[in-house]
Amino acid sequence: MSANKLGDTGDSPLIPSIAGHSLFHQAMRRLVRNRLAVFGMFVVGVIAVAAIIGPALIYSATGYTYDYIPADSDLVKSFPPSWTHPMGTDNEGRDMLARVLLGGRISLMVGIISTIVSLVIGIAYGATAGYLGGKLDELMMRIVDILFAIPYMMVVIVLLALFGRQTALGQLFLLFAALGAVSWLTMARIVRGQVISLKNQEFILAARATGVAQWKIILRHLVPNTLGPVIVYATLEVPAVMLLEAFLSFLGLGVQAPLASWGSLASEGIQNIAVFPWQLIFPGITMALTLFSLNFVGDGLRDALDPQTRRS
Amino acid sequence: MLRFVIRRLLSTVPMVLIVVSLTWALIRLAPGSFYTGEKALPPAIEQNLRAKYGLDKPWYVQYGRMIANTARLDFGSSLKYEGQSVNAILWRAFPVSAMVGLMAYGLSLLVGITSGLFAAVRHNSKWDYASMTLSMLGISVPTFVLGPILVLFFSLTMYWFPPARWDGFATRSAVLPVLTLSVIYMAYIARLTRSGMLEVLRSDYIRTARAKGLSEPSIVLRHAFRGGIIPVVSLTGPALAGLITGTVVVERIFVLPGLGTYFVNANLNRDEPLILGIVAFISITILICNLLVDVAYAYIDPRIRY
Amino acid sequence: MNLLSVRNLRTHFDTDDGIVKAVDDISFDLAAGQSLGIVGESGSGKSVTNLSLMRLIPTPPGRIVSGEAIFGGKDLLKLSDEEIRHVRGKRIGMVFQDPMSSLNPFMRISRQLMEVTELHMGHSSSQAREHALEMLQLVGIPDARSRIDSYPHEFSGGMRQRVMIAMALSCRPELLIADEPTTALDVTIQAQILELIKKIKSETQTSVILITHDLGVVAGMTDTIIVMYAGKIFERASTLALFERPGNPYTKGLLMSVPNPLSERGELYQIPGLPPDPAHLPPGCPFAPRCERAEEICRREFPPVVQLAPNHESLCHFAKEVYDESAHLRS
Repeated sequence: MSANKLGDTGDSPLIPSIAGHSLFHQAMRRLVRNRLAVFGMFVVGVIAVAAIIGPALIYSATGYTYDYIPADSDLVKSFPPSWTHPMGTDNEGRDMLARVLLGGRISLMVGIISTIVSLVIGIAYGATAGYLGGKLDELMMRIVDILFAIPYMMVVIVLLALFGRQTALGQLFLLFAALGAVSWLTMARIVRGQVISLKNQEFILAARATGVAQWKIILRHLVPNTLGPVIVYATLEVPAVMLLEAFLSFLGLGVQAPLASWGSLASEGIQNIAVFPWQLIFPGITMALTLFSLNFVGDGLRDALDPQTRRS
Repeated sequence: MLRFVIRRLLSTVPMVLIVVSLTWALIRLAPGSFYTGEKALPPAIEQNLRAKYGLDKPWYVQYGRMIANTARLDFGSSLKYEGQSVNAILWRAFPVSAMVGLMAYGLSLLVGITSGLFAAVRHNSKWDYASMTLSMLGISVPTFVLGPILVLFFSLTMYWFPPARWDGFATRSAVLPVLTLSVIYMAYIARLTRSGMLEVLRSDYIRTARAKGLSEPSIVLRHAFRGGIIPVVSLTGPALAGLITGTVVVERIFVLPGLGTYFVNANLNRDEPLILGIVAFISITILICNLLVDVAYAYIDPRIRY
Repeated sequence: MNLLSVRNLRTHFDTDDGIVKAVDDISFDLAAGQSLGIVGESGSGKSVTNLSLMRLIPTPPGRIVSGEAIFGGKDLLKLSDEEIRHVRGKRIGMVFQDPMSSLNPFMRISRQLMEVTELHMGHSSSQAREHALEMLQLVGIPDARSRIDSYPHEFSGGMRQRVMIAMALSCRPELLIADEPTTALDVTIQAQILELIKKIKSETQTSVILITHDLGVVAGMTDTIIVMYAGKIFERASTLALFERPGNPYTKGLLMSVPNPLSERGELYQIPGLPPDPAHLPPGCPFAPRCERAEEICRREFPPVVQLAPNHESLCHFAKEVYDESAHLRS
């Protein structure tokens, strides 16, 4: 019998070739099998499409826009749902469906863009801190700790109340910045944690030992492996930010007239809740449905990307 | 442990001062000021106003004065509400917000933990799916949608509770606000409890407990609970911060005379002393609550030693 | 009269990749006061076998498909949930691999020890505490009285394993199952723990099942050894016979893998290849891909069980040949 040298497992026919399923493929498989997540993605897709092209369609079909006020001189302008106005009209006679769709556009936009802002800042900050380590990492994380202790919503409220409301567009940008600034901290922490745990793993040491350049290491090895928690967090962050924006708009600090978001529509609608409940209910239900679906998608992604938490 | 607590309490002071300074800077940098109305004021009157409120001094003098006052917890009088000291307003408004917030959180802990426990133990059963879907709804329906719907149903249709009034925290008027505020936390807590428990129930030491022949209820409650509840404790920190926004919205819906209402109005009125007073107060509260949460950690997990 | 008789045990797991037959038709006996070693690489099914006996297999993905395990006259696999709980901890004690994760980090050692006797022997608090102290002294924990109220993380690895052993033995069970009790420990501590188990076995007449991947561990410890691979028993013999005259190529491979400091060759031996994917076993003998004397028939047909001697069986087409070769090598 011949002895087998240690490590000699090269092209040995003894090692069966297993069709490698990359982790990404496995995750996608799991995601698609999660029916709730797929349903969620479908609903969000429908609403997003409706929000994007809906107002244009409505305009070409009926001439209503989100701020079109009919020239009638009727005293009562709030109409309940009907064939001409599927979601009724608001106090000024504007078509609710058009307003809700525009509101959707704004709300979704705020959610997505703010999340992207926090993603970019958070990943850059966290990856740098994690990879460089040492004193710099300590300093950067101390800053994060201090910032964490600031009651963010209060500062945001102050910011929006004092600086905003000059122009509707200006307010919108302010919102992007403020809401993005709220959540980058957690993202930075997550990314840093991932980078640190990966940095010391053997395959990174192996890459270094074979002379792979630093930036290549970051790009090709670290980033793909941090993507998992980052994607999950980002997907769950979008509905959370949308909710924050809705709260702020509800208080009158967020999106300003003539623009509308679901939150501002709700604050208008609540005033007549006893007599014209549809003014609150339609925006409210649409928003709830969107958030509901987004949360399912986020959950599905989390289950797909982190198999340990999934139900067997 | 004692040293840890003292150190944290001491570090509260600079933290609060930072937050207050930041807010003060924002207020001063913002265009306009509190006395700006619809029409422009004649310059003489404006000058008198500025002198009266010390606005004619250089900014660093004003800043120094403000910091000194804050350190003494003396926030002066409200600019909008003539003659009322900020501290008096705080004293009046804080209990309202605090009671609503605490009762809401307590209710959500009770319902959330119980339902999360059941969902974890009856994993993948109908109960599990039902409660998880319900909690998903709880997270997705915004407070300002849920509140009015509850009002529509319970107040305006059933006449059980008043729609927008505050009589005190032991009265019927407290029910709807507390319920509205608690729903979202109930949902989060139920989910966290469920996932925390599921994770713990999968661990090796639970397998050991089973191998010792212990009964399932005993395992769940005495062995798994302590570890499984940790995510909920972690939630409490950020949750308290979120309660602030939540309370603001609930106060607006139900017209409660709480801190949130005063805060938003103070901002809209540029009522600087009141803004700073509320900011300082809330910051202190949050920091103390975070400290309590960290102390709670040490009680639950014996591996943590400060 | 055997203490434990396992017949045709099959435990399967339903996974995304297909059905994994973790334990595929295992049968063995254990007499009272004897000790059995179950040896195999990871994935061989050795742990699953014992978890099946105690019914600790998580039943969504896993299920015990068939078989019986007669212990003290009753079939463990058919007992109700309540009945099996009376067996666990009381008549069968189990020690697990990693004492850090196997002890509840949030509970004091005293509590974890006391609840076993309070439950199974009806002890009051003070009785349970006294008993726990005795057990700690039995397993060699110094200064037990002052340390009993500590938490697991305040003990060293070796001490924690001793505590686990004390916990498992609290109710004087008839059988102790030790699942890789030393794998997570340093080599010097390993020896101490094994000595402890040996001492307990001789003092209390407890039967022991020792599960490990390391042949060196079972060498001085057990009466009989079962070698498992891919969920099947590949060889069963008394310890002495297995070491002196193995009848299976896999066993031979394992024996050769134990580093021999006296060997003149400088190289380390390693069984070529990797353990098989349990969801996709090849037809024929599962070891064929890695076996150095595999032939066509091995890849095609599942090997038979060959009786080599009164208490020596081997699962191999060429069992007799291997057995004879071993005899010649000995001399």
